[in-house]
Amino acid sequence: MLALAVRRLAGALPTLLAIVAVAFFLMRLAPGGPFDQERVLPAAIEANLRQTYHLGDPLMTQSARYLGDLLRGAFGPSFKYQDFTVTELIWGGLPASLTLGLGAMVIAALAGVWIGLVAALKRNSRLDHAVMAIAMTGIIVPNFVVAPLLTLIFGIYLHLLPVGGWRSAAHAVLPIVTLALPQIAIIARLTRASAIETLGSPFVRTARAKGLSERRVMTHHVIKPALLPVLSYLGPATAGVLTGSVVVEQIFGIPGVVRYFIQGALNRDYTLVMGVVILYATLIILFNLAVDLLYRVLDPKLRTP
Amino acid sequence: MTELAAQSLDTAAPRGRSLGRDALRRFAANRAAMAGVAVLIAIALSALAVPVLSVHGRDEIFWDLIGAPPELSGWHPFGTDSNGRDLFVRTLHGARISLLVGIVATLVSLVIGVSYGAVAGYLGGRVDAVMMRLVDILYALPFLFFVIILMVVFGRSILLIFVALGAVEWLDMARIVRGQTLSLKRREFIEAARALGVPRLTIVRRHIVPNLLGPVVVYATLTVPRIILFESFLSFLGLGVQEPMASWGVLISEGAKAIDTAPWLLLCPAGCLAATLLALNFIGDGIRDALDPRDR
Repeated sequence: MLALAVRRLAGALPTLLAIVAVAFFLMRLAPGGPFDQERVLPAAIEANLRQTYHLGDPLMTQSARYLGDLLRGAFGPSFKYQDFTVTELIWGGLPASLTLGLGAMVIAALAGVWIGLVAALKRNSRLDHAVMAIAMTGIIVPNFVVAPLLTLIFGIYLHLLPVGGWRSAAHAVLPIVTLALPQIAIIARLTRASAIETLGSPFVRTARAKGLSERRVMTHHVIKPALLPVLSYLGPATAGVLTGSVVVEQIFGIPGVVRYFIQGALNRDYTLVMGVVILYATLIILFNLAVDLLYRVLDPKLRTP
Repeated sequence: MTELAAQSLDTAAPRGRSLGRDALRRFAANRAAMAGVAVLIAIALSALAVPVLSVHGRDEIFWDLIGAPPELSGWHPFGTDSNGRDLFVRTLHGARISLLVGIVATLVSLVIGVSYGAVAGYLGGRVDAVMMRLVDILYALPFLFFVIILMVVFGRSILLIFVALGAVEWLDMARIVRGQTLSLKRREFIEAARALGVPRLTIVRRHIVPNLLGPVVVYATLTVPRIILFESFLSFLGLGVQEPMASWGVLISEGAKAIDTAPWLLLCPAGCLAATLLALNFIGDGIRDALDPRDR
C-alpha cells in the first residue's frame, strides 16, 4: 500500500511539472506585461522594475529560476501586490477557500448519500420520482444562477442570511449551499443507481434469506458496496467544487484564493497566477490519490491477499 | 471490400427490423426526449429567425422603458434591461451564440477525439500506451484555469472559445472511441479488410470510424449542453462574449447584478438556458436508450 502511494506520487510529479510548464509559457506568451498601466511609466523606472523581477532575462533562464524557487517552496513575489509574496497572499486566502470547499464537500457527501439511499429504498414511488426530478434540475441549473436566486430569496425577501462578505458563520451558509447543491444532486443520482443495483445482487438476497432485519441488511451489506462508485466520484467532485468556487467567491465577495486568479491573470501577475494553478493542481492530484488508495482499502476485489 | 463490410453488418442485424428504424421508433416513444426535441426546435428556429422577423433591434434602446418589467402590449415579453434594450430579442440573440458555440465546439472535440481514439485503439501496443498516457495526464490538469488563462491571454474572440472548449472536451470522446475500436478491430470484416491489404489508416477511416457512430452520437449530444454551460460560465465571468453581443452568460451576469430591483433580467435568460440544457440532456438520454440493444 505504501509502495503504491509512493509510486503514484512519483507518477504525479511529471504531471505537475507539465502543468507548471504549460502555465508558465502561456502566461509569458500573453501580450502585455505586469507593469502596463494607464499611466505610462518613465522608461528608466520600467527598466529598473523589469530588472528587479528578472523579466529581461531569456525565458529559459526565467523558467529555470522559477523552478529553483519552487523547489525551495517559494512562489516568488507578487508583481501587482507589491511587498507581498505569493505565498503570503495564498495563505491569506486559504482559510476562507478551504472552509468553503471542505464544507461543501462534506455536506454534499452526507446529503447526497442520504437522499440517494432513501430514493433507492422507495424506488419508483412518488417520493423517488420527485427527488430525482429535483436532482436533475440541480445538475442543470448552473451555480451562477443558483447563487443570485438564493441571495434574492434568503437575503432580500426573507432577510434571513447575509448576502455577501465573510465575517461570521452565517456568511458561509449561502456560499456553501450554492457550491454543494449540484454535487448533492450528482451524488444522490449515483448513490441511488448503485444502491438499486446492490439491492438486487445475490448476496443481499442471501442476507435477507438468512433472516436479517432490513436495517441490518442495509447497514452491513448494502451501504459499503453501494458507496464505492460514489467514492470514485469524489475526485471529479473536488474539481467541480474548485471550479464552482471561482463563481461563488466572486458573487459573495469572499476573500479566498480564487479571486486572485482571474484578477491576477488580467493583471499579468505571472507569479500569482502560477501559484494558484499549482496549488489547485496539487490539491486535485493529492485528493485523487487519497480517493484511489481508500478505494483499494474498501473494495475487496482490489485487495491484494 | 466495402460491400463485404456492409454485408457482414447486414447479416448481424435481423432482417426487416433495421437498427435505424428500430431506434427511431423507440426514440419517438420516449416522451421526455420528444418534448426535448420540440423545445430545442422552437428555440433554434426563433434564434435563427430573430434578425429577420423581430420587431426590435438587438441594440435598439427604448428610452421611456428603462428596466421595465415584462409586458405584452408593447411587445416586450421579457421586459427591458437597465439600458432599455428589449430582453426577449437579446435572449434570442444569446441563443444564437450559445447554440453556435455548443455545436461548433462539439464538432471540434468530435474530430479530435474520434481520430485520436480510433488511431490509438487500432494501432494498439506501445503507440496506444503512450497516447492514452497523454490523455491521463491531460485529465489531471485543472482545465478551467487553462481556459481562463487562454481567454485572458489571447483576447476574447468567439473563435478562441470554440477551439478552447473543443480542445478541453475531446478527452472523454477519445477514451470512449478507443474502447469501442478495441472491440471492433477483432471483428471479421476488419480482418477481411486487412487480409485484402488495405492500408491501416484507410481501415480506420473507412471501416472503424463509420461503425463507431452510435456511441459517438450519444456522447456528442451530451457534450453540447456541457459546452453551452461552460461558455455561459466564461461569459458570466466576463471572459467570454463581449457587449454589445449577447450570450446567455452575459445576460445572466447582468441580471445577477440587478437581482433585487429587476429579477426578470436574471430569470428569463436563466430559464431559457435551463430549458435548453434540460432538452439536450433528455434528447441525449433518449438517443442512448434508443440505440441500446439491451432493451430489446
